[in-house]
Amino acid sequence: MVWQAIDRNEAVIDPEAPAVLSAAVRKKIESFLPRYETRLAALLPALHVVQDELGYLSHQAMKEIAEILELHPSQVLDTLSFYTHFWTHPKGRKVITVCRSICCETLGGNKLLEAIKAKLGIDEHETTPDGEYSLVTEECLALCDYGPCMLINEKVHKCVKPEDVGRILDDPNNDVVDMPRSDLFDGPHEAGK
Amino acid sequence: MADYEPVLLRNVGVENSHTLEVYRAQGGYQALAKALKMTPDEVQEEVRDATLRGRGGAGFPAGVKWSFLPKDRTHTYLCVNGDESEPPTFSNRVVMEKDPHQLIEGIIISGYATQAQAAYVYLRIEFHEPFHILQKAIDEAYAAGLLGKNILDSGYSLDCYIHRGAGAYVCGEETGLIESIEGKRGYPRIKPPFPAVEGLFRRPTVVNNVETLCNVPHIIERGADWFKSIGSEGNFGPKLFCVCGPVNRPGCYEGPMTITLGDLIYDNKYGQGMRDGKEVKAVFPGGISMGVVTTDELDMVMDFTDPAEYGLLGIGTAAAVVIDNSIDIRTVLRNVARFFALESCGQCTQCREGTSWMYKIATRIEQGAGRIEDLDLLIETTGNLGMMPGLSICGLSDGAVFPIRTIVQKFRAEFEEHIRNQEPGCVEAALAVAN
Ligand SMILES: Cc1cc2nc3c(=O)[nH]c(=O)nc-3n(C[C@H](O)[C@H](O)[C@H](O)COP(=O)(O)O)c2cc1C
Ligand code: SF4
Ligand code: FES
Repeated sequence: MVWQAIDRNEAVIDPEAPAVLSAAVRKKIESFLPRYETRLAALLPALHVVQDELGYLSHQAMKEIAEILELHPSQVLDTLSFYTHFWTHPKGRKVITVCRSICCETLGGNKLLEAIKAKLGIDEHETTPDGEYSLVTEECLALCDYGPCMLINEKVHKCVKPEDVGRILDDPNNDVVDMPRSDLFDGPHEAGK
Repeated sequence: MADYEPVLLRNVGVENSHTLEVYRAQGGYQALAKALKMTPDEVQEEVRDATLRGRGGAGFPAGVKWSFLPKDRTHTYLCVNGDESEPPTFSNRVVMEKDPHQLIEGIIISGYATQAQAAYVYLRIEFHEPFHILQKAIDEAYAAGLLGKNILDSGYSLDCYIHRGAGAYVCGEETGLIESIEGKRGYPRIKPPFPAVEGLFRRPTVVNNVETLCNVPHIIERGADWFKSIGSEGNFGPKLFCVCGPVNRPGCYEGPMTITLGDLIYDNKYGQGMRDGKEVKAVFPGGISMGVVTTDELDMVMDFTDPAEYGLLGIGTAAAVVIDNSIDIRTVLRNVARFFALESCGQCTQCREGTSWMYKIATRIEQGAGRIEDLDLLIETTGNLGMMPGLSICGLSDGAVFPIRTIVQKFRAEFEEHIRNQEPGCVEAALAVAN
């Protein structure tokens, strides 16, 4: 979870600033409302949509989400600051999420993380200067049968060895998911493949 | 052991098993047609007779949980727990990717039995592929009249939505999950009231795990007696097991709850033994929250009762991670302690502080600055933060207690040896920095 402090001495939102949420995003958020008894319940889906669209959740975006859902902006911040998935500052175009839980770590996840850090020249929670990659670690991704594993945006990379890092990160399509897929069977498999 | 016919994983390996067409061709949605001809109470009774125990960790009988819903209710919600964040568990993922319609059929039948208006499937955000596959399957089900208004002309209507989480283990706890669907921080609620009485949007709510619900169509189709023909008393029905770590065939397998942990690791039907000549040092047999067993304890039966004989909290998620003997036990302790320190939601003081301190101590021990009395301090701390002594709001704290206690108790000799071999003065140096 994330704890964050805000400097209250400065106004965080310029009242004159132009709106950042597009009409399409607003419509998408409205479309969640019939699913739930309260408007507040549409907040998590709304935050996901906005983060997907804008890359992160700025104060201006929080304010506009609050307006649509008829909440106070602080309610939006209250909720989103609990969850590790949400970014309140700009992130890279691709986010690399490396698993750090027990199965992946004991199979060599640490060496994988070190190889990525060395290749990109950044530490955890940092973004490369060209804005291409941000690097984070997460607890178990429920892909333990393929440990050590990582995600690049939505794309799963399985059984990654440190020596694979260069090849994977040099591939411009390393975050492309070919959904929907029909050949989904990948059941019991040989270790390390 | 007699040959076991897979039930929950029977479609895994069938081409396009995630599509409605293939699921139907394999006999899918016949249980739903049968259930809709029964009364909701009859469906509930069948599930209760089968004594289907929850697969999400606590093992509470699903039929009994459903019967706690107040009789005079106007609204009912069904929450499907697909948060699956307990390391190293991935069985729900396999089911949702390979056979999403099995889950949807389970949701509709369980929704009918409890007369729910809406079902919310809570998926962790890292589940991208399962999300896409399940959403597509839900769309297919709507188009085929299996979801939505007047399902198969029965007069029963149910809506089904996926609600995606955003990275918080505690949202797998049923009331944390409810708060998260409501758009709030995932703080677990004080119970009672239990969700069956006051849950989502303060309405009567049933929360069940993905695997639990997947069992329901089979119970309706083949009957409670068939269900009770699998496994043993108190542990009936098919069960998914995960095994991972340095074994030859990591994966999700199905079997009766009569197999042992050793079977899961070594048997040809399951893990097929250790790879590269490695040897087992320790195993977390039910997800890390349940605690650890040593290589001498692999005869443990993977059911609801036997793990307690080995000092564990329970069978948990029945997901075993094998640690081989090249791994330093201090690393294991630190990794597990970190998980709970970072995932504690912070509402209860002793859980928030206890897990953080245990992580700090474990880190210091790993760095070669441990003290013998740290081991006693860890044990003492584990006695002071759980729900068991009635101190905490949710079970995350107990989940922190059992692994740390069992690691320290069962591997004490190894810790002591490491501590004895430390450089003189490093403890004082580390503590001086800490202070
Ligand atoms: C900290 C914590 C995390 C949990 N995570 C999950 C989870 O990821 N998935 C799950 O099904 N149950 C999880 N549970 C158990 C749920 O609270 C609940 O018991 C379960 O969803 C009930 O479903 P069942 O009766 O079908 O097992 C968790 C419990 C705790 C205390
Ligand atoms: S026991 Fe821990 S995780 Fe559970 S509510 Fe209390 S502080 Fe939060
Ligand atoms: S431990 Fe890495 S995915 Fe589960």
